Amino acid sequence: MSGIEALLREVRLLDALASRSTWLSRLDPRATILVTVAFIAIVVSFQRYAIAALLPLAIFPVVLARLGDVPLHRVGIKVLMAMPFALMIGLFNPLFDPVPRMELLRQPIAGGWLSFISILVRVALTVGSAVVLVASMGIYRFCAGLDQLGVPTVLTTQLLFLHRYTLVLAGELGRMNLARELRSGLANAVPLAVYGSLLGHLLLRTLERAQRIHRAMLSRGFEGHMPIREAQRWRSIDTVFLVLCLSGFIVVRTTDLATLLGQLMLDVAS
Amino acid sequence: MSHHLVEARDLYYVYPDGQAALRGVSFLIHHGESVAIIGSNGAGKSTLLLHLNGVLRPTSGQVRIGDFPITSENLADIRRTVGMIFQDPDDQLFMPTVFDDVAFGLGQLGLAAVDIEARVVHALETVGASHLRQRPPYRLSGGEKRAVAIAGVLAMLPSILVMDEPSSGLDPAARRRVITLLAGFDHTKIIATHDLDMVLDLCSRVLVMNEGVIKADGTPAEIFAEADLLQRCNLEPPLSYQRR
Amino acid sequence: MSPKWYYNFKIPHTPPLGGSIMHMADALLSPAVGATFCVASAVALGWCSKRLRTDAREHLVPLMGVLGAFVFAAQMINFSIPATGSSGHIGGGLLLSILLGGPAAFVVIASVLTVQALFFADGGLLALGANIFNLGVFPCFIAYPLIYCPLVKRAGEAPSKNRLAVITVFAAIISLQLGAFGVVIEMQMSGISSLPLRTFLLLMQPIHLAIGLVEGVATAVVIAFIRKARPDLVDANASASVNVLSSALFPTRIVVTLGCLAAVMGGLLSGFASSYPDGLEWSIARVTGQSKLGAGNSSIHQTLAQLQHQIAPLPDYKFAPTEEKTSVGTGESDAQQAWPSVDAETSLAGVLGGMGTLILVAGIGYLLRPRRARVPRQV
Repeated sequence: MSGIEALLREVRLLDALASRSTWLSRLDPRATILVTVAFIAIVVSFQRYAIAALLPLAIFPVVLARLGDVPLHRVGIKVLMAMPFALMIGLFNPLFDPVPRMELLRQPIAGGWLSFISILVRVALTVGSAVVLVASMGIYRFCAGLDQLGVPTVLTTQLLFLHRYTLVLAGELGRMNLARELRSGLANAVPLAVYGSLLGHLLLRTLERAQRIHRAMLSRGFEGHMPIREAQRWRSIDTVFLVLCLSGFIVVRTTDLATLLGQLMLDVAS
Repeated sequence: MSHHLVEARDLYYVYPDGQAALRGVSFLIHHGESVAIIGSNGAGKSTLLLHLNGVLRPTSGQVRIGDFPITSENLADIRRTVGMIFQDPDDQLFMPTVFDDVAFGLGQLGLAAVDIEARVVHALETVGASHLRQRPPYRLSGGEKRAVAIAGVLAMLPSILVMDEPSSGLDPAARRRVITLLAGFDHTKIIATHDLDMVLDLCSRVLVMNEGVIKADGTPAEIFAEADLLQRCNLEPPLSYQRR
Repeated sequence: MSPKWYYNFKIPHTPPLGGSIMHMADALLSPAVGATFCVASAVALGWCSKRLRTDAREHLVPLMGVLGAFVFAAQMINFSIPATGSSGHIGGGLLLSILLGGPAAFVVIASVLTVQALFFADGGLLALGANIFNLGVFPCFIAYPLIYCPLVKRAGEAPSKNRLAVITVFAAIISLQLGAFGVVIEMQMSGISSLPLRTFLLLMQPIHLAIGLVEGVATAVVIAFIRKARPDLVDANASASVNVLSSALFPTRIVVTLGCLAAVMGGLLSGFASSYPDGLEWSIARVTGQSKLGAGNSSIHQTLAQLQHQIAPLPDYKFAPTEEKTSVGTGESDAQQAWPSVDAETSLAGVLGGMGTLILVAGIGYLLRPRRARVPRQV
């Protein structure tokens, strides 16, 4: 049942990371969310063959991870896990886009390879920054931030409930499946007939649990509105962070810093 | 709500699927009493408890809290007066942190943030869980979960505590802590349980339920002496009692 | 809507079939397409949340929450597909719709996808709109109300187990075919992948026929179990689904309109974006009336000159389009000529600079490394 165990481990680990107080986690969640979204938008706004121009953006997730005390190898693992799909789609690019776009050491390089590498860089940047976001603030402050940004409460409440009971239900399913495995010999996949009753049972228990939770909520005066505590007030450091990051993004977006650096290096060399 | 009476008058309850869970339950519980409701699985204990704060409404009969019957109009007041602690704390602790969970009911009352803070702090202190306040519920031990669930109810300042199996699933030390905690409360207590030794520690009166009716009502000493009755209701006397 | 199968370290033989292929990633989207679908999904979400509020169905709050968790957990467990040696798992979109009705199911799916994007790097923040659209709108507002409900209704009071299963599988296949089509369209409009439309469709649709079949079978066996164990639940839902059907015609219309709007808008925007690959610069050039700087055959001296330009606002050093193509770049179509071509010198500078940048980033990361132990407590 490594799937369920991996799920539980992952959620717990991210929560543990997010429960610490770091420079990044002390920022207003809105600031971090907005900056991360802007970052991802900037990354994907580069033209499809951009590689070098994208690289200076790597400074953002790396520095943020350090400020949030998020272990970089964790971020790296997540990025690798997110790769396969992009890799699969991207590998078609060299096949369908063989026109050379670049010449390096007298070797023409097909546009497809450039865009393929660009996709990989994009995955690393977008996934990396999203991982740092979650690891530094956790689902609770993330939802509080969304709430303050005007996302419907239905969704933020739903996210909190989902997160809370994923751990409970995954544990339940894990135990049910372990009991099945112990009696049937180790098998990775469940036979279809058993699958129906395994999930069916869990579903019935889940519905009963929903009823019990609802009763517990009613017993404490629930009237249809879930309170979400305001995470914190917007401080000037949040504004500074926001402005600094956004202007940094704009500079990187409008100036190919990497090529510039390269030309400088060539200059010095000659 | 002068006397904090809890009265059930001839309660009947039939679940939507046709199963009759309560078949004529009547009792009167006075202020400050500590009453155990015992009975085998499926005897109707939990169903009865859910009637006491109006989560379930009887098919026929009446529940009176204080001097008032439970109606749709006074439901909010009733639920503040009658605090209910559920069997599985995971069902009760649905908010993201301990603080938020204890504050949940207060938020529904529309209290100001300062008052909420003060009451939450006090409730957590009472159950000895102040150090847990920023923890998410899934990172609590079984005993801690139970304590926090109790704090969430105490924060509402109820005068009557209704509990479903407060000692189940706890290790002996945690169970003892919960019992000591409950013994310290001067609320009216109504406890549905299989833990008959806890009944001896906590309760002055025992109601025995079987198949949706109350079979016996008396002091623990009287009830536990009647081995026949207990056996008929699929129960047996507490261990500590058997040794006497 | 899937776990990461590659997450599963003891992968048996083949990865389980599930919706994982359908998760768009940020890296494959253009900002215009990503934003368009974010708006579309946000509108649908806003509509659902309004709808759920006015319904005054507060008991749905915990129900939706735990059902989301249920789907999440259920996706972690695989069943073996008879006679193939591979395995699959449920996605849950159709099952949620059957249990909750369209609007509530949509919110649940949106939340599941959000957590997957955040906690499991499955999908992405910008791609969230597209993913919610593909995996939420199609099952909740098309497959369930327009296919599942009418067919179940037509099957009469108590449809046989097999008939219900066939209907479920059919609805699931339709929903996943539409979802896969959505992925293809979004990807095409984004223009990051070079896959031709036809090839991409030939690749995606058959795979999702299989995935849809798996999804349908998984949903059908769970529904069959519930019907047997708790007929009251399914009966109640059968009538509920008929109720939902009549009211669901309205949201469907809204969402179909929305989808068309999104397609048109996305098409226009991405058309704009691809004919002017660098929209920002293009607009700046328009505003300032200046043409681009000739970064093409930059010699070392020109580099120095350009360095001075650096002080000027928004200088242009990107892989800028050059007027003269490099010798290897002959035979390009018009569309391809819109893309920049870069001479050897700039390329070399780019490669060197890129490496230099990475080294710098690594250096900064190293300098900022934590100096104390960082083991999170109580993992």
